[in-house]
Amino acid sequence: MSATHRRIALGAALAAFALLAPVLAPNDYVVGVLARICLYATLALGLNVVVGFAGLLDIGYVAFFGIGSYLYAFLASPQFDIHLPFLLALPLVVLGTALFGIAIGAPTLRLGGDYLAIVTLGFGEITYLLLLNLDRPVNITNGPSGIIGIDPPALLGYTLGSNIHYYYLFLLVLVLTLIASNRLRHSRVGWAWQAIREDELAARTMGINTTVAKLQAFAIGASFAGFAGALLASWQRSVFPENFLFTESINVLAMVIIGGMGSLAGVVLGAAVIVALPEIFRDLADYRMLVFGLMLMLLMIFRPQGILVPRAAPRPTPNSPTATEKSA
Amino acid sequence: MLGILPQQLVFGLALGAVYGLIALGYTMVYGVLLMINFAHGELFTIGAYVGWGVLAWLINTQLGGLHPAWVLPLLLLMAMSASGLLGMALERFAYRPLYLRGATRLGPLISAVGASIFLQNAIMLTQGARMKVYMTNLLFPRSWTVQVGGVRISALVLVMISVAMLLMWGLHLLVQRTTLGRCMRAVAEDREVAAVMGVNVRRVISLTFLLGSALGGAAGVLVGLYYTQIDFFMGYSAGLKAFTAAVLGGIGNIRGAMLGGLLLGVIESLAVTFLNPAYRDVVAFVVLILVLVFRPTGLLGESVPHANKV
Amino acid sequence: MLELKGVAASYGPIEVLRQVSLQVQRGEIVCLLGGNAAGKSTTLKTILGMLRPTSGSVALEGERIERLPTEDIVARGIALVPESRRIFARMTVWENLTMGAYSRRAAPVEEFTQDLARVYALFPRLEERAGQHGGTLSGGEQQMLAIGRALMARPRLLLMDEPSMGLAPILVEQVFDIIQAINRQGTTILVVEQNAAVALSIAHRGYVMQDGQIVMQGAASSLLDEDHIRRAYLGED
Repeated sequence: MSATHRRIALGAALAAFALLAPVLAPNDYVVGVLARICLYATLALGLNVVVGFAGLLDIGYVAFFGIGSYLYAFLASPQFDIHLPFLLALPLVVLGTALFGIAIGAPTLRLGGDYLAIVTLGFGEITYLLLLNLDRPVNITNGPSGIIGIDPPALLGYTLGSNIHYYYLFLLVLVLTLIASNRLRHSRVGWAWQAIREDELAARTMGINTTVAKLQAFAIGASFAGFAGALLASWQRSVFPENFLFTESINVLAMVIIGGMGSLAGVVLGAAVIVALPEIFRDLADYRMLVFGLMLMLLMIFRPQGILVPRAAPRPTPNSPTATEKSA
Repeated sequence: MLGILPQQLVFGLALGAVYGLIALGYTMVYGVLLMINFAHGELFTIGAYVGWGVLAWLINTQLGGLHPAWVLPLLLLMAMSASGLLGMALERFAYRPLYLRGATRLGPLISAVGASIFLQNAIMLTQGARMKVYMTNLLFPRSWTVQVGGVRISALVLVMISVAMLLMWGLHLLVQRTTLGRCMRAVAEDREVAAVMGVNVRRVISLTFLLGSALGGAAGVLVGLYYTQIDFFMGYSAGLKAFTAAVLGGIGNIRGAMLGGLLLGVIESLAVTFLNPAYRDVVAFVVLILVLVFRPTGLLGESVPHANKV
Repeated sequence: MLELKGVAASYGPIEVLRQVSLQVQRGEIVCLLGGNAAGKSTTLKTILGMLRPTSGSVALEGERIERLPTEDIVARGIALVPESRRIFARMTVWENLTMGAYSRRAAPVEEFTQDLARVYALFPRLEERAGQHGGTLSGGEQQMLAIGRALMARPRLLLMDEPSMGLAPILVEQVFDIIQAINRQGTTILVVEQNAAVALSIAHRGYVMQDGQIVMQGAASSLLDEDHIRRAYLGED
């Protein structure tokens, strides 16, 4: 079988598996886990645009996830008594989150990659604190109690009910996101991102407006997260600040890195691994973050290109402690 | 409110001095490697825990025959050694393979994030998730206060300020007056040329980590003594604040780190006095964002390798 | 004293040096000429161990050095005056010179004092500005500082990377006069230059590089006569 045939066969097998999964699953809980994998894969693909494509280390990404979730909650729950239909609320949420992405990115993206990491971390924290504390003096987020009673999605008059419905919805969204990611990567801005990721200075001298490109990456990443956030809110029918802690940002980052930054299939695999593993290793929950930390370190040293995709090996460098560094 | 202002200022200085100590670690590493050692906060935490352990042991063994005046130096020494060595190990095993490769800057950054998470959880798993308590009272009774120019200050706070200032001054002398310090500055400015002068760059970087991490460990002891409660998570917020201080003063700039630390301590102290204490940690973030937006090079200007700058 | 045999080197997949062979005898001034990106600076980097050759050898007084770390190579008596000076702008003149003497830190203090005096004698302006930061010096002064810094190492072999770059013609003359003076005092010198005229005016021998290879070599006087060179580098026709 030639390589292309093998790829098609593999793809077909995966597609079949994905479509039949809920039927093959032993119980509803497992279907829920599968739905969760699809949802988080979508989220991770968003971060993949920022980190994997453009090389911008955002470690407060969960902020956008949270903003998206809460925005949806504002638009479709008893909190403000607004009950927009799902298909109307979604674009608003995506737009709103993207605007946040631009607002956060605009002042900070022109700084070096290291600063960006810290600042995004800061924003992640601030977002969490705001979600937690904005129930006084005006009750916006309802504080630690979160917002509950969110409307379920209603598509074409059909209200979603069981996990199986959600699974197929999330799967559809995931596929669309994969297609969008792929198109992005091969678009003009996608090439710009790759150039920036490799060597920003060189990219600039080639005439690429790096600030705009980076902002685009940020905004698009944010909108993916906003989308995923809306989905989460409508699925869980509730949102709490606790859903959006710093550790979640690291989880999503790990998903992107395990799979190999930039590789789409890798990101999905990463999401599957990170979501499913705690389920399998229930007892070792305490050790999860420990292992993550270790894994991040080891991956960077031994296999920076990720587990799945064997990229071109990193260039051998001059033997001196003075290897020239490129900007991030 | 204004009545307690002088005291708050003094406390702000003490807090600031501690931030300065931790900030020095960040700034020194950034100066030579252009990387943010995310795990630096955890080195601070480890210093606090080692100090706690030694103090607890000393108390249990009735100070082991030691004169009380030696306790603090011993705590500092142990904590600084532990943090310093761990910092060196981190550089050697987690960072060096990456920055030698000269690949994107993302690698060392991610590794540092990983190291931070790993250390934090390692501490949690080995020491328990509950906080530990420093029996500071046995060493520095709360009642022990000193009158300085009309203000009543706790002796502990004075000691904190003195120790921190002393350490910072020591570092300053080392960097400005000694050969090693000159090597560090040379490596920070232009690594290639430093190598051509015959400097063993790898060793200088290693020593930079040693010193910077040791200072962070010392800060851990001081913070432990003052706040008496330590937990595995303390490095997180302290680290971020110290990083803010470093950026405020100008990242890579040693005097900047000290100045930034003091300023941030005072600002935070004042903010907490006059504003809502719940948003205490937010103060540092706000300062950080303001600095990055309006004066990214910091108050005293950046001090990063010219040869490697974009 | 210095011999390169068949040295090849690459930056990753890009080959930058191909089969470079050259010699520098003790007491000589040898110049390495060529246009931009000919591989001249890369050759110096390879000699200093900043770039490891993929094949070939570099020998200093018979000892193979191509696999040694830079600090060990430098300790054997090679010093560099880098391209565009690259002095430590944030350190004072005195500190720069002291760093130059770093490879001789084990030597007695009197020698350091002697070397410092010698450098100040050669460059009185540096002594005037001893306490000033390197960044405040003019281009010409920085070049002097860079040379002085290299001399503090009492090198047997002095490597110079484009010392004339960015300097006004008068200064270039001064610098090259100084290079000759240093050579007369006993230092072997390998100069990389794009300004062939001035380089050949003081060198004993020269090599011309192009695309990572040596394409011409010989005594300085014969190179000066070479038609090729005249046209390409001296602008004559």
